[in-house]
Amino acid sequence: MSAQLEIAEVSKSFGGVQAVTRVSLEVRQGEILSVIGPNGAGKTTLLNMISGFYHPDAGRITLEGADVTRLKPSHIAERGVARTFQNIALFRGMTVLDNLMLGRHVRMRSGVISSFIYWGLAQREEVAHRRRVEDIIDFLKIQDLRRRPTGSLAYGLQKRVELGRALALDPKVLLLDEPMGGCNHEEKEDMARFVLDVNQEWGTTIILIEHDMGVVMDISDRIAVLDMGQKIAEGNPDEVRANPQVIKAYLGEVKNPTNGGRRG
Amino acid sequence: MAELTTLPRLLQRNARDLGSRPAIREKDRGIWQSWTWREYHDQVRGFALGLAALGFGRGDRLSVIGDNRPRLYWAQVAAQCLGAVPVPVYQDSIAKELAFVWSHAEVSVIVAEDQEQVDKIVALRAELPALRLVIYDDPRGMGGYRHDWLKSYEAVQEAGRRFGAEHPGYFEAEIDKGRPEDVALICYTSGTTGSPKGAMISHANAIGVAETFSREARIKPEDTSLAYLPMAWAGDSVYTLFASLSVGFCANCPESPETVQRDLRELGPSTLLAPPRIWENMLTSVQVRAADATPLKRRTFEYFRSVAERAEILRSEGKPVPAGLRLATALGEFFVYGPVRDQLGLGQAKWALTGGAPLGPDTFRFFRSIGVNLKQVYGSTETTGLVSLQPDTEANPTTAGRPVPGVEIRIAERGEVLVRGCAVFKGYFRNEEATREVIDAEGWFHTGDAGFIDPRGHLVIIDRAKDVGALADSTPFAPQFIENKLKFSPYVREAVAFGNERPFVTAMIAIDLGTVGNWAERRGLAYTSYMDLSQKEEVRELIREEIRKGNQTLPDAAKIRRFLLLTKDLEADDAEMTRTRKVRRRFVAERYAPVIDALYGGKDEVELSTTITYEDGRQAAIESRVRIEDVEGAPARV
Repeated sequence: MSAQLEIAEVSKSFGGVQAVTRVSLEVRQGEILSVIGPNGAGKTTLLNMISGFYHPDAGRITLEGADVTRLKPSHIAERGVARTFQNIALFRGMTVLDNLMLGRHVRMRSGVISSFIYWGLAQREEVAHRRRVEDIIDFLKIQDLRRRPTGSLAYGLQKRVELGRALALDPKVLLLDEPMGGCNHEEKEDMARFVLDVNQEWGTTIILIEHDMGVVMDISDRIAVLDMGQKIAEGNPDEVRANPQVIKAYLGEVKNPTNGGRRG
Repeated sequence: MAELTTLPRLLQRNARDLGSRPAIREKDRGIWQSWTWREYHDQVRGFALGLAALGFGRGDRLSVIGDNRPRLYWAQVAAQCLGAVPVPVYQDSIAKELAFVWSHAEVSVIVAEDQEQVDKIVALRAELPALRLVIYDDPRGMGGYRHDWLKSYEAVQEAGRRFGAEHPGYFEAEIDKGRPEDVALICYTSGTTGSPKGAMISHANAIGVAETFSREARIKPEDTSLAYLPMAWAGDSVYTLFASLSVGFCANCPESPETVQRDLRELGPSTLLAPPRIWENMLTSVQVRAADATPLKRRTFEYFRSVAERAEILRSEGKPVPAGLRLATALGEFFVYGPVRDQLGLGQAKWALTGGAPLGPDTFRFFRSIGVNLKQVYGSTETTGLVSLQPDTEANPTTAGRPVPGVEIRIAERGEVLVRGCAVFKGYFRNEEATREVIDAEGWFHTGDAGFIDPRGHLVIIDRAKDVGALADSTPFAPQFIENKLKFSPYVREAVAFGNERPFVTAMIAIDLGTVGNWAERRGLAYTSYMDLSQKEEVRELIREEIRKGNQTLPDAAKIRRFLLLTKDLEADDAEMTRTRKVRRRFVAERYAPVIDALYGGKDEVELSTTITYEDGRQAAIESRVRIEDVEGAPARV
């Protein structure tokens, strides 16, 4: 099967820091691909290049055959790539419903004037979008939170709303940057369930950055490992778990691995 | 047309006569979706044919598990149409309880709401040899399940369409075979001792009670209800299935358990049934919001609340309400009562019922005073949920209401309430012995509750019959009745009354640390611990005053003469209570034997040694001297 998203030899440096070095990755349609690695390995930078926040210094990114390397984030979003952020990025003063409706913005066609008049197309469009948003609310089981300002919600719920906002874009590819970071055990379980369900229900391709190895091993189809900006391994969970380079990156160079602490 | 003697025939009548009226609604995707009686009938028919196609039929049992959803109700009616019996179970039961009910009832089909419930069944599959088919409503997350005994609701409907085309008239013929004495529902009762028992309710029970209830409560087809109580609770079946089918009113399923309060407000149903816990929560939420409001709003609320309560007390005593107070309540209706009712979703309610447990008189009076027609109902699973009900003009917090027509009540020796009539169930499923214990040769059902009929003709329930004893002069003594009076005080957390074979009544009281602590802080009274607080002179005086208030509503012989305040709360961890916070009388009587002797021995003080069990299982003993208090105002000892 050909790759839906192809990352070829991309590099990115900030000043003198080489964040990502010649990383290549093929993401297949409908899979859950996790990107793991110690802190500062370049995971978020990689995600930022896919979503167009950064443009790579070298290399190429193609989405469904089209070159998207130098496109603006909004154009990449229009092509069906949505993301969530490590530090929640919601409008805190706005309600859950409004945040999700906003997530559909790129899918809205009526212009400013017709939206003001709110009749005919604009109204029909609003209703259609609201229906889609209600599907997502139902999916994420946040019916009771519709009218709550997101800033007043518990952290785990905000994470869930953020996933909802990304889903509102009807993404083909969903980039999740530590969706379980800072969550308690139960919230993690819920989120893992939602990620699996999104993937299964809508066939959405998912690229996941996550530190909880238990979750990563459980839900990923494949795992790519970055260390110091370079890809050091790729494969299914069992292969990655057994890869000596991965063990080295995680445990450090120690004589007796049982005493080794995890880095990062 | 056959007579309307079974529930499926009522459904056929509704589809014909009320075809385009709403029958059931469910809030989904933020919108109330509704189904007419014709659609309700077609849904039931389609699903029943699907079940038939899969080999399910007369004599079989079908269970439903999940939150209140139209499809789970339809599945139950579909089973009834085929001559099978629905067995709803509590969606939050632990695995052991589910396994017991499903295997005891030999359930062959389970309709589960979603993946969460299906997972429970998958885990128990090996213990359920009779189970042949599991049907799930919500397909979400079910893609990865590969069991040949697992089917989607839609797949069953599809099978039904094919089966229906091949067997025209099958559904109707099955309904025609139904008899009024057939079992319509098996409700497993939780039971405080031993395993749950499956109470069998016949179509005759269901329709008899539904008709009586609808007549007494003036339910019309235009009425609406909120279907939010657990489906396994008999009351929900009586209300949402039986009464709705009988009258044709519209039941409404909330969006999710978390949205009930909001959905209630949006819907504003014309009838509402709720256990005491819900009324208490509503009152608390009103009080919290009042306390958070601006001073002007808060004072307005407090003023009109006291106005309403004074007026309500006068009304309940049958005294005239003075003109000034009438004017104030009229203003209050505009500024406070109407808006509060609206906020709670009670704006349209022509009545509201409470039952299942005693509701504190203050809470009861609050809702009556703000214009909610709150009334008490009494019944149990074995009496199809209905024995007695308060008429609109005779609502009060102490009685269980008048026995409804068609139900006979007799008070047996030791005060046990016996019930006979159309409401009395058929017996326990596969448990002849238990059935014989509760239904005697003359058809009287022994409720296990002790009570009496008051001069107005209302039934008053005082206690569980087995706890009722007698004072030394043979006056009946009902500990729970007395304890409830005490526990209605916000300062009393737990109370244990003694008096069986004693000359008078005494009580041990555990104060409520939250409210008494708060009370003490407002008075600038410093305290270090529960023990310290409980033995403060001022606190003893506070509780003495609360007991005096409680005594006023008790008959002379039952008035509490002496009491003491425990230096720790009664705890389930210390085996003094059950996990559902029911006092284990025998255990407490043994453990506190010296204290009880002192209460009757005329001493002013007693050495109280208590053990505290920490959560890790360690125990510690606490020795303390506790004052014993007399309550003046109670008649002198004989």
